[in-house]
Amino acid sequence: MNRLPQINYKTISQITGPLLFVEEVPNASYNELVQINLENGETRIGQVLETRRGMAVIQVFGSTTGMNTTETSVRFSGSTARIQVSDDMLGRIFNGFASPIDGGTPISGEKVDIVGNAINPYSREEPSEFIQTGISTIDGMNTLVRGQKLPLFSASGLPHNELAAQIAKQAKVVGKDESFAVVFGAMGITSEEANYFINQFTETGAISRAVLFLNISSDPSMERIILPRAALTAAEYLAYEKEMHILVILSDMTNYCEALREISSAREEVPGRRGYPGYMYTDLSTIYERAGKIKGRNGSITQIPILTMPGDDRTHPIPDLTGYITEGQIAMSRDLQRNGIYPPIDVLPSLSRLMNQGIGPSRTREDHRGVSDQLYSAYATGKDLRSLSAIVGEEALGKTDKMYLAFAESFEKRFVNQGRNEDRTIEQTLDLGWELLSALPEQEMKRVKKDHVAKYGKWNK
Amino acid sequence: MGKIVKVSGPVIDGEDIKNAKMFDVVRVGDMGLVGEIIRIVGNVATIQVYEDTSGIKPGEPIVNTELPLSVELGPGLLTSIYDGIQRPLDVLRTMSGDFISRGLTAPALNRKKKWNFTPLVKKGDQVSSGTILGEVQETDLIKHKVMVPPGVSGTVGSISKGDFTVDEDIGILKTGGKSVPIKMMQTWPVRQSRKVLGKLPPTEPLITGQRVIDSLFPVAKGGTVAVPGPFGSGKTVVQHQLSKWADSDIVVYVGCGERGNEMTEILTTFPELLDPKSGKPLMERTVLIANTSNMPVAAREASIYTGISIAEYYRDMGYNIALMADSTSRWAEALREISGRLEEMPGEEGYPAYLGRRLSEFYERSGFAIVTSPEKRKGSITLVGAVSPPGGDISEPVSQNTLRVTRVFWALDASLASRRHFPSINWLNSYSLYKNDLVPWYSKNVAEDWNKIYSEAMSILQKESELQEIVQLVGYDALPEREKSVLDIARMIREDFLQQSAFDDIDTYCSLGKQYSMLKSIVVLGRKQEKAIERGNNMDAIQRLPSRGKISRMKEIKEADVKSFFDSLWKEMDSDFSQIMGGEQVAAN
Repeated sequence: MNRLPQINYKTISQITGPLLFVEEVPNASYNELVQINLENGETRIGQVLETRRGMAVIQVFGSTTGMNTTETSVRFSGSTARIQVSDDMLGRIFNGFASPIDGGTPISGEKVDIVGNAINPYSREEPSEFIQTGISTIDGMNTLVRGQKLPLFSASGLPHNELAAQIAKQAKVVGKDESFAVVFGAMGITSEEANYFINQFTETGAISRAVLFLNISSDPSMERIILPRAALTAAEYLAYEKEMHILVILSDMTNYCEALREISSAREEVPGRRGYPGYMYTDLSTIYERAGKIKGRNGSITQIPILTMPGDDRTHPIPDLTGYITEGQIAMSRDLQRNGIYPPIDVLPSLSRLMNQGIGPSRTREDHRGVSDQLYSAYATGKDLRSLSAIVGEEALGKTDKMYLAFAESFEKRFVNQGRNEDRTIEQTLDLGWELLSALPEQEMKRVKKDHVAKYGKWNK
Repeated sequence: MGKIVKVSGPVIDGEDIKNAKMFDVVRVGDMGLVGEIIRIVGNVATIQVYEDTSGIKPGEPIVNTELPLSVELGPGLLTSIYDGIQRPLDVLRTMSGDFISRGLTAPALNRKKKWNFTPLVKKGDQVSSGTILGEVQETDLIKHKVMVPPGVSGTVGSISKGDFTVDEDIGILKTGGKSVPIKMMQTWPVRQSRKVLGKLPPTEPLITGQRVIDSLFPVAKGGTVAVPGPFGSGKTVVQHQLSKWADSDIVVYVGCGERGNEMTEILTTFPELLDPKSGKPLMERTVLIANTSNMPVAAREASIYTGISIAEYYRDMGYNIALMADSTSRWAEALREISGRLEEMPGEEGYPAYLGRRLSEFYERSGFAIVTSPEKRKGSITLVGAVSPPGGDISEPVSQNTLRVTRVFWALDASLASRRHFPSINWLNSYSLYKNDLVPWYSKNVAEDWNKIYSEAMSILQKESELQEIVQLVGYDALPEREKSVLDIARMIREDFLQQSAFDDIDTYCSLGKQYSMLKSIVVLGRKQEKAIERGNNMDAIQRLPSRGKISRMKEIKEADVKSFFDSLWKEMDSDFSQIMGGEQVAAN
């Protein structure tokens, strides 16, 4: 396979944007990694983007500053991007290429291709284990299950990092004691945000069961393309080889997509919507679809990607394409944030597609589906009435309508709102739901089963 | 032997490929990746490769199979799960483990399994394209009919009963002085539609057990449906419900560029779900094509053709097929990506200019048809295509091109979904052009006044949307009682009829009879309320009537109890209203 990797090609004929055209190369393979040596001794990394007989087009990761066609040389590695994985990775911090940046020793272990093969759909196991995050709006209304990919749709200025850290801290499968770890991939976040996560992990001792991959905003944007794949490769190793349950948090996918657009425009590809490449859906799916469970293997990969919606716009290509791939979304709302509600999760546009598999008797509680549906429809009615009463005044509303209005208020204040360290059990969440519903007339309970009303309802009889 | 000269993602160039013809399938590189020739310039052929091309380099060999991309058709298709180019995923798993590695090949139909074949023709019989030679009980639900392949005719030289594999000879056909062996398996190039003798206007509905579909926006057997909707609006649940409950004989489900976990859901739930008619597992009538979003993009492009070719094959046997394609937008994106790599001139939003033609060619393969056969058998393919418009905006090219060729439109609505109104099919924007064609069927098979009840319900919903604008201005309390009653009845139609839980054991399927009774109860209640209001009653009094409470529990009634429940409900309604109206009359005197 390896053909004379020691040869340095000094045959660059053209440098345009991040692209190098190297001539007289016998046969480079597609997607092969290359090392670029500059005159001043610096080295950079690149990847073969297109290969023809005797010619290779190379995409440089990072800047092309200082490169020329006479002295700069290129060395072909003979293989696609690979990283070394082992369970020594736990507790360590890496860059996008999985090289340690915490001053520790390099990882020695199995070399694995970072572009993983697709999981055979036939081998997948249906995700069905309820993960208790301790957050009522997630557990009660948009339940997360093991093997799911559930993104946080956030926007600048909203506390998505706090929420992600709280979930990482509190997440557990009730009644089970299994090895659990967090893989955190940060793409283009600020060093302040990076420090916040490192501190959160260190303070709670969670760092010992976490692997951190950091690419801060000043690092090369091309590294952001590699980083989530390296992080997921590490996660897959820990999940499927070491039988651990891995929670992968990726922040911020918006920066990833920006990097993708940057590369695409440098390659002069036909742009799709808003300049993002037409293949962004496929590209994102090769990240998100690496979540899952496999039949007969103990581990699992659950993903919580975070993305900040540009201009709070849900129809922007980044949240839009993400929503089409992931199994639901947790949407954060600026209105709730302004009203001082934490976590500012708006349940109406949120959704967990796998909720049904994870709830019900023997998983959570028999009344879970009903309570959740009832809370949804009552809150939706209340919110509609809120905008109506802003026009016609509260007095013009009927008696029941006023009750719904009050319900929406208390739902936000008591159910959505909770402490940054408050870890509610699923029973607490559901009971709180019943308590709030009891402010409405009992005959309005159309979504819950009659016997559940009798068993769990809090109406005075 | 051919050689690779250039690699750029899924598109590669090769030179000196032996007998290169357009759309020949080739094996590329040392790994033998599957590809298809899509352009020829001089002695250089451009190939789209159905697998990831990382690590492939110029100089590696290309071998031409000299065959177009084809499917294998024969017993064993049902209950199978294939990728986009008909490789059986369960077999791939035994070959390469839980992750799909590259360059694998496996026959689509099991070559070792023996099927019990019973001939229906005898030696000396004249046969032609589509003649049924014999039968195989493929699953408990479906008899597989072994047919004379298209374009072949002659005299049966011999035919034998017994257990055979799909590629063993079951007999001999004498045609034009030659003897041709007959096998149970045939192959068919996927990009070509199987010819039919003619198409007929659809007359029968595809009954789905979903109230909003069957009662409001029905699709005929052989019809076409577009289901566009933003993410989270329940496209996939609608598709799953149809493949579970639609009364077609066979379901082909094409998961085209969608989520892996969704395919797993089908794989785990279908074997447990029982067909309402026969009581056998639904998997026994289902073929799954799973090309998830992270699987190679070129195979995604092929997946819907693989699916429709299988559907056509079963249609030719005389069956009714429902094909679900989820989602055609991902297929169109695959088309766009390949077109971009070919450096073709882009049309709207980067899609190739031939997008519309390709889509209409695909939908044209549906229909209620007289299939090629001596006895003029009939069969149908109903096509339900999900569309995933970016941002939910259906002005984009894929939605628009789809709407031009489909006759039913189920508009999924994000605002309904966010308040958990499922199925979130918007009753004002959706339409079915089959509605009028199907009225005779409904009048004959369900109830004489079906159309009247339906029209009344639709006009109430229409009225509601007008009234809601007034409520926004003046408030609910300012409305006259008559209008309040309309809003009240419209709310019942929405909440107690249109909303249907896919996850509830009883509500997940609703028979046409029950649908009719439910809708009729609400509409009749509306008429009665109107009368009562004319007599001077107000809504407050009416809302206290006990029979109204029963309406919100209609969904929970088991099919067996439908008749007794509605008989008593209608009686109670009569007595409730005669009471309050009688009371008014006394007071007036």
